[in-house]
Amino acid sequence: MSELLRAYLTVVVFLAAAGMLVGVSLGMGRLLRPKRPSAQKAMTYESGVDPVGSIFGQSQVRYYIFALLFVMFDVEAVFIFPWALGLEVYGVFGLVEMTIFIVILALGLLYAWRKGVLRWV
Amino acid sequence: MGDPLQGGDPIFIGGIDFGVVALVVLKVLIGFTFVMVGVIFMIWFERKLIADMQNRIGPNRAGKWGLLQTLADGIKLIFKEDLMPNKADRLVFRLAPYLTVAPAFLTFTIVPIGGLFGTGENGTIEVFGYRTFVQVADPPIGVLFLLAMSSVAVYGVMLAGWSSGSKYPLLGSVRASAQMVSYEAALGLSVVAVVLLTGSLSTHDIVSAQSGGFADWNIWRTGVVPFLVFCIAATAELNRPPFDLVEAEQELVGGFHTEYSSMRFGMFYLAEFMNTITMSAIIVTLFLGGPDGPSLFGPDIIWPTIWFMGKLFIFLFTFVWLRATLPRFRYDQLMDLGWKRLIPLSLAWLLVIGAIRIADDEGWNVALVIGISLASCVVGALALVGASRAGRIRRRAEEALR
Amino acid sequence: MVAQNIAFGVLAAATSLAAIRVVTTRNVVHAALYLVVVLASVGALYILLTAEFVAAVQILVYVGAIVVLLLFGVMLTKATLGEDDQLDNDQRWLGAVIALFLLGTLSFVLVDAFGDDKLPSLEGVSRATLEAQRGSGAVGDAIFSTFLVPFEVVSVLLLAALVGAIVLARRD
Repeated sequence: MSELLRAYLTVVVFLAAAGMLVGVSLGMGRLLRPKRPSAQKAMTYESGVDPVGSIFGQSQVRYYIFALLFVMFDVEAVFIFPWALGLEVYGVFGLVEMTIFIVILALGLLYAWRKGVLRWV
Repeated sequence: MGDPLQGGDPIFIGGIDFGVVALVVLKVLIGFTFVMVGVIFMIWFERKLIADMQNRIGPNRAGKWGLLQTLADGIKLIFKEDLMPNKADRLVFRLAPYLTVAPAFLTFTIVPIGGLFGTGENGTIEVFGYRTFVQVADPPIGVLFLLAMSSVAVYGVMLAGWSSGSKYPLLGSVRASAQMVSYEAALGLSVVAVVLLTGSLSTHDIVSAQSGGFADWNIWRTGVVPFLVFCIAATAELNRPPFDLVEAEQELVGGFHTEYSSMRFGMFYLAEFMNTITMSAIIVTLFLGGPDGPSLFGPDIIWPTIWFMGKLFIFLFTFVWLRATLPRFRYDQLMDLGWKRLIPLSLAWLLVIGAIRIADDEGWNVALVIGISLASCVVGALALVGASRAGRIRRRAEEALR
Repeated sequence: MVAQNIAFGVLAAATSLAAIRVVTTRNVVHAALYLVVVLASVGALYILLTAEFVAAVQILVYVGAIVVLLLFGVMLTKATLGEDDQLDNDQRWLGAVIALFLLGTLSFVLVDAFGDDKLPSLEGVSRATLEAQRGSGAVGDAIFSTFLVPFEVVSVLLLAALVGAIVLARRD
């Protein structure tokens, strides 16, 4: 195993520790806690009155637009990081290219802004 | 043995033998203990401090000054009956606590919690004849690891809400995940400024580059703005006040974990405080030099950890202070702040820092470059303000016509 | 290399099983979750190949953004709990044929390109060397030389996707 992979192995061990923490404390609870189920207890909570209707209504499409904008900026960030790592190497050329890249994506944000999809009310 | 100034954790250079395995286990144990003790302390600290700020007494029964209150609560939660709604998706309902706790824990691996930087040792300490970093792991993509973990954290919230099969949790989780992804964009873009200055993604290298003393800390070198953006985005990412719309009691009952009870709820509660601690630790690492600070007296080796804890404590205190002071944001204000202020600001700032660095490199007149870039930022901001004002006026006119 | 091979075996098995569950499960959200398992284990495979930047991007973009987007779309419209029989339709044979065709093509391309080539052993290679050769910086070098035009086109593509979504989502 190479030197690099060993660093990730530690991460995996830490992940296992986290999983164990949850597993052990939930498992302990399972052994210790009482279990007296009833129909009332298994009802979903709706501020004390009996649940009405279906759980799923159609929600605002705006949430979806925000998620899509996020995808866009996430991909953008992914491209910005390699540039940031080698800023001096790519020099003026890199800066100009990156400015073009960012401006084009900023146009997308501006378009969403102008179209009013960023407005919540 | 390789050069400790080059590449990753020197412990892994020579291959794996018993000592290395023992050390890795030790590191994991220390990291685990650090987070758990931190969480237990933080829950008590938050309750006590907020009680003080509101002129109450706060927890004072379990142990001296109520110090054992968190443990008492934990024990109580374990003995509580666990309820699962009849409409719940049983598999996902059980899975969600794991998905919430794991990323909170994993982020902590990349935080250096000690070690003398800026000397020949470069943040390493020697344990049983092995040199190693004082952090659980140092993946070369450190900062991206942080971002990846914070994007995975969305799943816990989203699935907890959906799997409950109840209205309030579903609404709460959609709201929360939209908030988290929005601010994640701002978070990612503000970190780039730090990477620009360091030229490395590894948190160890980032701390190492800040080891020249107070003036070398990234908060100053990046020009404070990315630090502020990161802090605001981190607060929103943590769903802490003033960004705690996720559990706005008046509207959503308990938000995404309304239907959770017993220790399963306890896990969400734990993860929330764990996230607060790791995020504060990340802010300290990225912007405040991590364990950097002068050694005052006694052995040098304890001071970095003391400085780190001190800086961490400042942020923990500030988070509680914010909660006691600020009212909650409205959802439209929250989204406006994220998308219309923080993201454009961090994008522009990024290009300004890039331009300054390159001007410095090419020997141009740095003052002129700073002037021009800041001026173009101001012009851009004014254009945006003008455009949004024009839009608002037009909208008013349309509404008046209707 | 033994440890790597074991890790590869475990990850490959997890990927395949989860991929089968994606298409056989009767709940949309479960399908999305199995998709997360598939994408995350592919990310772990990239780490085994020491392509960590790609791995981080895989988690960040696919797990963290695209599946979240997918789940948003599902949760905002019709994410019923329990089983849903309407998820299946008559086109499964067509789907199977296309999947087999894709499998054949990909296998052929891979065998054709690499044949019997073996990965160089990474034992004893220092992390600094590895990073210089295939770390995040190397990705940047490729973007700003060979793939400059695609890189700029990506931004236009993303812009087009956003504009399209906004046009679809708005009524006017």
